[in-house]
Amino acid sequence: MSASSEPAPPTAAVETKNHRVQDRIFAGLAAGTGWLIVALIALIAVFLVSQAAPALSKNSVNFITSTTWSVTDSHLAFGIAGLLWTTALSSVVAMLLAVPIAIGVALLITHYTPRKVGGVVGFLVDLLAAVPSVVYGLWGAIVLAPALQPVARFLQNNIGWFPLFGPGLASTGTVFVASIVLAIMILPIITAITRDVFAQTPRDNIEAAWALGATKWEMIRMAVLPHGRSGLIAAAMLGLGRALGETIAVMLILSTTNSTAINWSLFAGGETFASKIANNAAEFDSPTKTGAYIAAGLVLFIVTFVVNAIARVVAERGKAK
Amino acid sequence: MTTKTRLASIAALTTVGALSFTACGGNTVTTPATSAANSGSAAAGSLACPSGKLVGGGSTAQQLAMQNLTTDYKNACGGKATIEYSGTGSGAGIKDFYNGQIDWAGSDSALSNVAKDGVVETDKAKAQCGSDAWNLPAVVGPIAFAYNVKGVDKLVLTPKVIGAIFFGKITTWNDPQIAALNSGVTLPSEKINVFFRSDDSGTSDNVSKYLKAASGGSWAPEHSKSWKGTAGEGKKGSQGVADGVKNTEGGFGYMEWKFAKDSQLGVADIDNGAGAVALSTDSASKGIADATVTGTGNDLKLSMKYTGTSAGAYPAVLVTYEIVCSKGKDAAKTALLKDFLTYMVSSDTQAGLADQGYAPLPAELQTKVAAAVKALQ
Repeated sequence: MSASSEPAPPTAAVETKNHRVQDRIFAGLAAGTGWLIVALIALIAVFLVSQAAPALSKNSVNFITSTTWSVTDSHLAFGIAGLLWTTALSSVVAMLLAVPIAIGVALLITHYTPRKVGGVVGFLVDLLAAVPSVVYGLWGAIVLAPALQPVARFLQNNIGWFPLFGPGLASTGTVFVASIVLAIMILPIITAITRDVFAQTPRDNIEAAWALGATKWEMIRMAVLPHGRSGLIAAAMLGLGRALGETIAVMLILSTTNSTAINWSLFAGGETFASKIANNAAEFDSPTKTGAYIAAGLVLFIVTFVVNAIARVVAERGKAK
Repeated sequence: MTTKTRLASIAALTTVGALSFTACGGNTVTTPATSAANSGSAAAGSLACPSGKLVGGGSTAQQLAMQNLTTDYKNACGGKATIEYSGTGSGAGIKDFYNGQIDWAGSDSALSNVAKDGVVETDKAKAQCGSDAWNLPAVVGPIAFAYNVKGVDKLVLTPKVIGAIFFGKITTWNDPQIAALNSGVTLPSEKINVFFRSDDSGTSDNVSKYLKAASGGSWAPEHSKSWKGTAGEGKKGSQGVADGVKNTEGGFGYMEWKFAKDSQLGVADIDNGAGAVALSTDSASKGIADATVTGTGNDLKLSMKYTGTSAGAYPAVLVTYEIVCSKGKDAAKTALLKDFLTYMVSSDTQAGLADQGYAPLPAELQTKVAAAVKALQ
């Protein structure tokens, strides 16, 4: 210790005093950062509500159920039904595609390969998160979309009676392509979390399964998956939250439509909340018009908030068990 | 594709720069015919070339022209002055102008004198300038109706038919209404796949202005920057629309001419009542010549003529205005702006714009604009 040369009693007193001050400062800093985040979120919410309110009060159609979007200075008629459908459809399909793959990769890394090989695979999946979304968008629009066109045509021709696979766009800018790109984008998030959860399966549970004469698959089903379930759900929700808010990639891929009827097909175009706002941000020339878009942003904020809250609750419940 | 074009234009600029330099140096080097871009050398003699810095912004429709013009001007003047133009969108340009953040604005619509959200643009601009603000038409951008139909090299359309296509009233290429306009052309029975701008744009605004006036009711909604047609699908930017049309058999869409040219798409001739007119720099200039000046004095705000256009005039044309203070607050900046605009609207420079998919101002209007620039104080 640095104070060894000085007389003992006073030093000790000073040190405890110092420690107490340091403690207090540190506690203050920690609390401060916590409150900073809370304040930021609150301020964003206040900003969204205050900007959206004037436009909402002048809205001549139902904001939730209408599919029209006409925002001029004299006439405001905007509803989010179409945006909500496209946002939800693309994100949920992306999640449904990504979760099974993420589970497979996570199990492979944690239980099927030697540590070194697993590390390499895990690293590669993490690398997917390092690709910028604009690159995903360009790749999706230019490379993936034309390549998927035969698949899309096949599905439309053969099971087109099912509304989700009904006839859609002439071009390749479909929700189908956007969902697949989104699935790839959220794969690393879901994989990273499930991998950690699966790796933490208690050794006892695994040994117990082995002792019962379980095969490897049975061991995973009896020990790993039940232990990881809540973590997995939380991971899927985080991925969903990411997909809901993804902007530039979706904007680059999706074709928009002006028809006011919602086309339920995966092969239709459309706009998500985020892509709609980004698409029109360059021409926000009046406060009411901007307010209409901010109102859409507010809905996205709330939806993402709810999804993340659900993820939190599920994760917490899993821990308590 | 885009990279190539950009490289090409950079190469062209470099050549122009080199040429201007030699011209200033007094060398009598014969200019090689390969340099198609507007050569600043001719105008350089009459330029005052003050030094200083100007910042402008606004319309993206004239952004490409501005990129080249600012560089050419700089080179013609030996790099004494810096002029920057950023394509922030017409609305943002006007706002920045009346808030005093930029020295001049480019906009595809003139300053509005009716209240919009409690703001009258002309009043705001006047208050900022301390004098009247003028709208000076400077860059003419023709709008092409481009198509991608196998085996069809020439296509004639009327505004009425175009309006019907955009609203899904005409859905196949061999529709009797299209066939009637194109006797002797074998039109396939395939679907018309319409593409439009998904983002708000002055191009959409001008197309809807034109169709509202000329389509005889097949286009009903008021003009607006967001596209109101119900058929087809939206793509971001003119490039997106051009790509959509190019990659989809039976594709049809509107875009700035340059994009149709770059994507090598077929461009429809427009029959506005006086016979089919093919889109060319000449026919587009004639379309502008038909417009009447509604501004007073040197404010050259135009009112386009969409119906009853003269023979050989292409009607779907967009004009971007340079919006400037008639009496500048800062004498040095005004001198530079005046000099740059003189260069910009000179007939040589205007003629050179054709290579970038624009059309020159018609002679009569060009004289007026040049006179207005001269009157700037």
